[in-house]
Amino acid sequence: MPPTMPGALARFQDGFARALIEPDAAVTPEIAALASQPAFAVYRNTVMKGCIDALQANYPAVTRLVGEEWFRAAAAVHVRETLPADPTLLHYGSAFADFLARFQPAAELPYLPGVARLDRYWTEAHAAPSLSALDPAAVANLTPEALAGAVLHPHPAARWAWFADGPIYTIWSRNRVDKTLDAGFKWQPEGALLVRPRDAVEWIALDAGGCTFLDACAAGGTLGEAARAALHAQGDANLALLLARLLKAGAFRENAVQQRSK
Amino acid sequence: MTTVLTAGLGLKPLYYDAALACPAAGLWFEVHPENYMVAGGPRLAWLEAIRAKYAISLHGVALSLAADAELDPAHLARLAALARRIEPALISEHLAWSTWRGTYHPDLLPFPRTSEALARIADNVSRTQDVLQRRIAIENPSHYLRMDGHAWDEVDFLAELSRRTGCGLLLDTNNVYVSARNLGYSAEAYLDAFPVASVMEIHLAGHATDANLGGALLIDSHDAPIAPEVWALYSRLIARIGARPTLIERDDKLPDFATLLAERERADAVLRAPLAKAA
Repeated sequence: MPPTMPGALARFQDGFARALIEPDAAVTPEIAALASQPAFAVYRNTVMKGCIDALQANYPAVTRLVGEEWFRAAAAVHVRETLPADPTLLHYGSAFADFLARFQPAAELPYLPGVARLDRYWTEAHAAPSLSALDPAAVANLTPEALAGAVLHPHPAARWAWFADGPIYTIWSRNRVDKTLDAGFKWQPEGALLVRPRDAVEWIALDAGGCTFLDACAAGGTLGEAARAALHAQGDANLALLLARLLKAGAFRENAVQQRSK
Repeated sequence: MTTVLTAGLGLKPLYYDAALACPAAGLWFEVHPENYMVAGGPRLAWLEAIRAKYAISLHGVALSLAADAELDPAHLARLAALARRIEPALISEHLAWSTWRGTYHPDLLPFPRTSEALARIADNVSRTQDVLQRRIAIENPSHYLRMDGHAWDEVDFLAELSRRTGCGLLLDTNNVYVSARNLGYSAEAYLDAFPVASVMEIHLAGHATDANLGGALLIDSHDAPIAPEVWALYSRLIARIGARPTLIERDDKLPDFATLLAERERADAVLRAPLAKAA
């Protein structure tokens, strides 16, 4: 067998990988001899199709809003900028919402990045660790002082966001489940909470106070601290109703309710 | 695990319910482990429900054994964790690369079969077997490109890889047919030379002709029924070497489950033929 210089395989893979994504890139004669064959398109197409298929599967509400043809064209631009790092393609596309926010052809669809963010949250919730949600009864009998000093941890599947610039939750949730927008649909700020207390991802609307409340809980704050933050974000927040809704939705993970001394 | 496997099917999410309800004797399923490398949730729950009824084979597409690099320890650890959880009957991977310098290319990419490549791949296969604490099977790829720089014939390369690492082989008869047609050699001669004693599993799948290239190129597309020519190669192979676990891959243009079961029955009949002759 002919001797092989060390590193020849690495050089081959550098050139081949480059030629897959950049058809016009300058490559070695060895790679050029491959990339010039019509069959090289099989690899280019498979890599591109695999990435675009993954994005389309991970962003169904965005796809439904813009149509498959527009989506796949936009996805192809994103794929060339950001190839997957993780072979589990369910995780691919973490930068897609940011890409859409600066993608010029999407400029007249200002709600698109927010919808993409909620599609992403769905995927993250879907693949999050399976843990039981906190039973609402665990906090039902606490005194007001104990409740204010309690620390609740958001469930690992819980994702929430407040969108100050539009009804992203309504647009997303209608397009996630193949519904049309209601006639009474209003252009107003909205927030969303996605949870997975059991097998399936579920979601509810959440106001600005609720999102701030969960932010404070995630930062390790007590319920008293979270309540103050929520009231600061939204003066008319109904804290008792908010906590009841979050507990019912399964927004917190099961564990002994911890107390933090003041 | 010493379960004797018969003919099995690639498992897609579309088929979960039909698969769980299927009474076919000896049926087993193969999945891509990458689709189940998640912390929790319904995907793992589905797979565990299937595993509770059937044997499972983990057929990896992303270890990137032929990349000139050490294996990604995080990916290998996730594969090992899934294997502990699922206790698969078989674990297999490809003679190919896909991840390179931190980027995953969702394909099975070719390389020149040099002694340098062989040494690297043997290291990577050994490392995988050490971590998984079991023998894995390596699959022959589909070829499309005419590539100078091969120092090794593919069959000899696979035989030497098996000799050095103790790994088994996964013989994909559709890949043999597609590659032989695309590169202009004899599929029968390839199969006759293949080190069949190391074959732990056989794959069958459908292929397509590339419309843009006037049908000159066959594509390993897994989107069609198994071609008559591939059935013929398979029957000839089994008649010569005896029964081996055989898996039907279908990844696109998915038919209903009954259609796949009919193909699986046909493979099962081929597998039973040598036994019937011996009886």
